[in-house]
Amino acid sequence: MCLAIPGKIVELDSHNSQLAIVDVVGVRRKVDLGLLQDSPPVPGDWVLIHVGFAMSKISEADAIDQMNTLTMLGEAQAAIEEVRGYGFGDDDDDLPLQGQPGQRLIQ
Amino acid sequence: MKYVDEFRAPELIRKAGKEIRRLADSKRHYRIMEVCGGHTHAIYRFGLKDLLPENVELIHGPGCPVCVLPMGRIDDGLSLASQSDFIFAAFGDMMRVPGTHGSPLEYKARGMDVRIVYSPADALKLARNNPEKHVMFFAIGFETTAPSTALTLMRAKMEGLHNFSVFCNHVTIIPAIRAILDSPDMRLDGFVGPGHVSTVIGCRPYDWIAKDAGKPVVVSGFEPLDILQSIVMLLRQLKNGESKVENQYKRVVPWEGNSAALRAMAETFELRPYFEWRGLGFISQSALKIRPSYAEWDSEQRFTMPGVRVTDPKAAQCGEVLKGVLKPSQCKLFGRECTPEQPVGALMVSSEGSCAAYYNYEHRKPVSIANAAAN
Repeated sequence: MCLAIPGKIVELDSHNSQLAIVDVVGVRRKVDLGLLQDSPPVPGDWVLIHVGFAMSKISEADAIDQMNTLTMLGEAQAAIEEVRGYGFGDDDDDLPLQGQPGQRLIQ
Repeated sequence: MKYVDEFRAPELIRKAGKEIRRLADSKRHYRIMEVCGGHTHAIYRFGLKDLLPENVELIHGPGCPVCVLPMGRIDDGLSLASQSDFIFAAFGDMMRVPGTHGSPLEYKARGMDVRIVYSPADALKLARNNPEKHVMFFAIGFETTAPSTALTLMRAKMEGLHNFSVFCNHVTIIPAIRAILDSPDMRLDGFVGPGHVSTVIGCRPYDWIAKDAGKPVVVSGFEPLDILQSIVMLLRQLKNGESKVENQYKRVVPWEGNSAALRAMAETFELRPYFEWRGLGFISQSALKIRPSYAEWDSEQRFTMPGVRVTDPKAAQCGEVLKGVLKPSQCKLFGRECTPEQPVGALMVSSEGSCAAYYNYEHRKPVSIANAAAN
């Protein structure tokens, strides 16, 4: 429960400014940005996600390291399943589950 | 099975291992507590103990939310949600945690509407989609998770969603550390501070541990190198006779924490006068309850809860293991009656529980990384 999942902000929700689509190794889901309202992330920023909420902004290099840590801990799959499980965006079911080939987050 | 060479910066890891050996005074025995269950998992998984000299001992702390939750709270939540018009929603970690009459999963098998959610926001959506039912979200976790529950409560109030409530079991880490330091059978030299809790609360709340209790604290990341570097930083302080709070995890943890998260918590939660922790007993001001202004979304204020108090199974020694007095393998049930497949105590359920970590990585004894590194 304590490990945070790194993701890249792809797009802000045009209807709800508190939500954004993130990409976690190709899985795209909506997450809540409410805890970063003092310094809202923009598309292209990397964030650490915890139970569906972006908790902190991080660098791309740290995002890659964090995903590698999850992989080493044997938790990467669980992390991806968790992200896939987020279903609170109204149109989550329409979002593509798999991203483009050549995702480079897990190295 | 992992080897040092698989990690990022294996050279730095070897260097950190050497530095720890250099700094550790062979005439002293060091007892360092890693507070966070995520660190406990990482330490076992990576076999980091094997990189440490024998006189540097890691003691596992209370930072596993499902482990410290007393069974009575699980019974209370299950009892309330057993009513036919309820949905019991909780994180996957909770599903196999034993209550007196079974775990949430076993209740589900008996017909209760139990849903796994990955986010409190998902529980809110369940309520929106099931207006004829009442969704009770069983909230657990330290300050890492509490802000998400807080924002979810604020959203429920804003939407005026009345078929949703939170059974709040959030706890706070600082009073637990205080209780451990006050415990007469515990001697510690320093703390590896929790990484993600600190993204929320920052580093200042640990000041008293360094200043008043005289123990160094290093807030740490979760990679092998992070944890080893934190131990180096602790040993360096101890060698120099210092005790201060340092932040090894600067790339993620701001010294001041996350003020938006702290504001959301302050808006929705207040401190309980006291709360029972498994193993540590009643600790004053150690848990959060929902403020009266959110009473409608608080399962405890809105409904009558049984308020069950039950003692753990007698033979299980979860409390002693949680306090760091016993090692997991020293519990009479470990690996026999109590296994990850058939857990008796919660410490065997969560991947952050020290018993599960010890069972998976130590008890089954794969060749550890660091054996390979030492050779």
